[in-house]
Amino acid sequence: MSNLINRQRPPVFCPGCSHERAVQSLDHSLQVLDLSGEQVAIVTDIGCSGLFDTFFNTHALHGLHGRSLTYAAGLKMAAPRLTVIVVMGDGGLGIGGAHVLAACRRNLDMTLLVLNNFNYGMTGGQCSATTPQEAVTASGFLNRLEPPLDICTVAAAAGAPWAARFLATEQTLSDKIAEAIRYPGFALLDIWGVCPGRYLRRNRTSLKQLKEKMTRLPEATGRIPVNERPEFGAAYRRESSKIPPAEPVLQVETTFPLTISTRHDVLLLGAAGQHINTAGEIFCLAAMTAGLQVTQKNDYPITVLRGHSISEVVVSPSPIDYTGIEIARVIVALAAAGVSRRQSLFSRIDDDCLVIKASEVTVPPHSGREVRVDFDRMAIAPANRALASLAILVRENVILTEKMLLTALNLAFTGKRLQEARAVIERCLASQ
Amino acid sequence: MTSSLMEGNEAIAWAAVQAGCRFFAGYPITPATTIYQQMLRLLPPVGGVCLQGEDEIASIGFCLGASMAGLKAMTATSGPGISLISEQISFAIAGEIPLVVVDVQRLGPSTGSATRGADGDIQFLRWSNSGGLPVIVLAPVDVRDCYTLTVHAFNLAERYRCPVFLAVNKEIGMTRESIDLVNLDLAEPVNRSLFAGTEPFLPFQPPPGSEVPDFLPIGGNRPVRQTSSTHGPDGYITVDPTIIGQRIERLARKFTADIEHYQIYELDSDPFAGTLLIAYGVTARAARQAVRRLRAGGTPVSLLVLKTLYPVPEKLIQAALNPVHLAVVVEMNLGQYVREIERLARGVPIKTFGRMNGELIDPKAIMEAVQR
Repeated sequence: MSNLINRQRPPVFCPGCSHERAVQSLDHSLQVLDLSGEQVAIVTDIGCSGLFDTFFNTHALHGLHGRSLTYAAGLKMAAPRLTVIVVMGDGGLGIGGAHVLAACRRNLDMTLLVLNNFNYGMTGGQCSATTPQEAVTASGFLNRLEPPLDICTVAAAAGAPWAARFLATEQTLSDKIAEAIRYPGFALLDIWGVCPGRYLRRNRTSLKQLKEKMTRLPEATGRIPVNERPEFGAAYRRESSKIPPAEPVLQVETTFPLTISTRHDVLLLGAAGQHINTAGEIFCLAAMTAGLQVTQKNDYPITVLRGHSISEVVVSPSPIDYTGIEIARVIVALAAAGVSRRQSLFSRIDDDCLVIKASEVTVPPHSGREVRVDFDRMAIAPANRALASLAILVRENVILTEKMLLTALNLAFTGKRLQEARAVIERCLASQ
Repeated sequence: MTSSLMEGNEAIAWAAVQAGCRFFAGYPITPATTIYQQMLRLLPPVGGVCLQGEDEIASIGFCLGASMAGLKAMTATSGPGISLISEQISFAIAGEIPLVVVDVQRLGPSTGSATRGADGDIQFLRWSNSGGLPVIVLAPVDVRDCYTLTVHAFNLAERYRCPVFLAVNKEIGMTRESIDLVNLDLAEPVNRSLFAGTEPFLPFQPPPGSEVPDFLPIGGNRPVRQTSSTHGPDGYITVDPTIIGQRIERLARKFTADIEHYQIYELDSDPFAGTLLIAYGVTARAARQAVRRLRAGGTPVSLLVLKTLYPVPEKLIQAALNPVHLAVVVEMNLGQYVREIERLARGVPIKTFGRMNGELIDPKAIMEAVQR
């Protein structure tokens, strides 16, 4: 296989830069793996390492600082056969830390080459997440305050199944890169090198010193058996193939004549556990069986198991514009928590508003027509009271008919749930 | 006749799949989460991919990668997420990467109120990219618009190779509504134009007579270059001011010059009206109701509802302003889009009415604003 180096754009690194070694080694490993340019995507970000993609005749995606792993994940999921190689510096590693951790956990089949030269070369030699504390950098005393991060240890802790540390000058670097690329999962290769333009000018660092330093870190040579597991993309495709086609959207037939000629605003005021939202939905479906248009808004706190629960429903024979409640025509008051959230609406209603009120709930003074319901006496549990209120509407001949309501139940529920709901409605209709 | 009960977010998801979307990535955030939840249900069975990113930045990054591999992609978030993904939005513009970004707006500033609506991100969407290049922003009024505009958003993203925003409001995204799905008038899906030449592929070179480069996917059988850096037609960095200037101007012009082909709006003119009411998003619904009542009370008013907010449909707005001597702009913020109207007013006084308190602006407040 011929090499994939772009002859029109030879590497432009500073003399002695380890990055150039990495370019040659990557090219050699691609040849060893017999990969052609269209089989490979090199994904880079910002910094000197970000020039990598321009040196190769492969697919290339060069993006924002530290985000290269994000593009690579999208590419690999969309084009699973592509060999995806991400190149970033120690800068990208730091700013994109969350993506590195996520990539280790995700285990998509791609290779991350970290060109680690212990500083931000392109911007003037500031400290990075891997800068030794004793180094002299353009960041003054700051790097003395924070210890360097060993990405291989971090990667292992984050679940990477393959991580290795390597010197850029080692003769076998291309073999190691090839091994990382060949690994069928996420592989991170931390390639230590020198930055002659910035770092070396302030720090006398020899490759021998780097090598010696490496020996003091936990071993990182490749496979991490404890983290080895199925590759994400393959696992995703296997799992996603089991997902059945989505149920089509429920279509509600208009089977009954219109029951109202003007817009009616309806408020269901209750508390968590009363299935207010569900009752609102049943109400909407029932109205739709008579060709009415509806809107429904629910209001509840983030603690879904505690506090108020409110459903605001508008029903109208003509298109509904404003979706807020102006003057309610029906208020169902089932719990103080809900009532207290809509106090002011009570003062606005007039005598054509029906107020269905659970007997134990107090409501503010109002001019509406009040119907008091003793749910305890009817042995209707709190979870069924919102649904039961819809039966009261039927009984009071407001908006809903029994047939509309039963049709809606048939649309929304099946099996035991349907039987229970029907029983609640029947019990409510039977009592006066 | 049949109708279905659906919230705006649900409609966006169904419409996306119908428009050909096969990749979605998002990060949970109220009030946009239900789009992600729905896509997770809809995409796998049609062979698509739905992912949850480690954050919003990753989610849109996944989408950019997938779009470059040739898939139609979408992400959805709210104001705090738009803040985070600003640099990726700039990349989508610079790299001419087709993408739909849904912003289900919630009350800001900052983390604000997760379950309260607002239209507080309108100018933010316009200007959230570094470089300040134009973007396309569509604003649905109701659930039906969520369906139809989502298809338009994908088509525009594909046709012009750019990010397209849907500026939704929590009050639409999370409001259920009856909708007649059978009689929906949906645009035919459009796909990006593929390069079919035999000459070397220049990834950012539009073909003759076009302002939009043809596309080849990364992963296809010819190497493709993509870059966020200032580049020439070949996708390599350039320092040539002529090439740089031409490209930037093309990025702006490629869809702004075509605005008359996709300015989506409703104009309800009253020949006797001296006042034009201008609204968008959920506020347009209260405005319609206010206009009906004003007319019934003997006050003729015209109403312009804009659904394409950006690029600003300037000629359309000026034509609507022509016959009136006052325009009132109502929006769920402290006055953002009114700035666009003001610069087009040519002497017509512009009144602004905005409110940000977590509640819908009601018809009565709009009537008062018109009559004040």
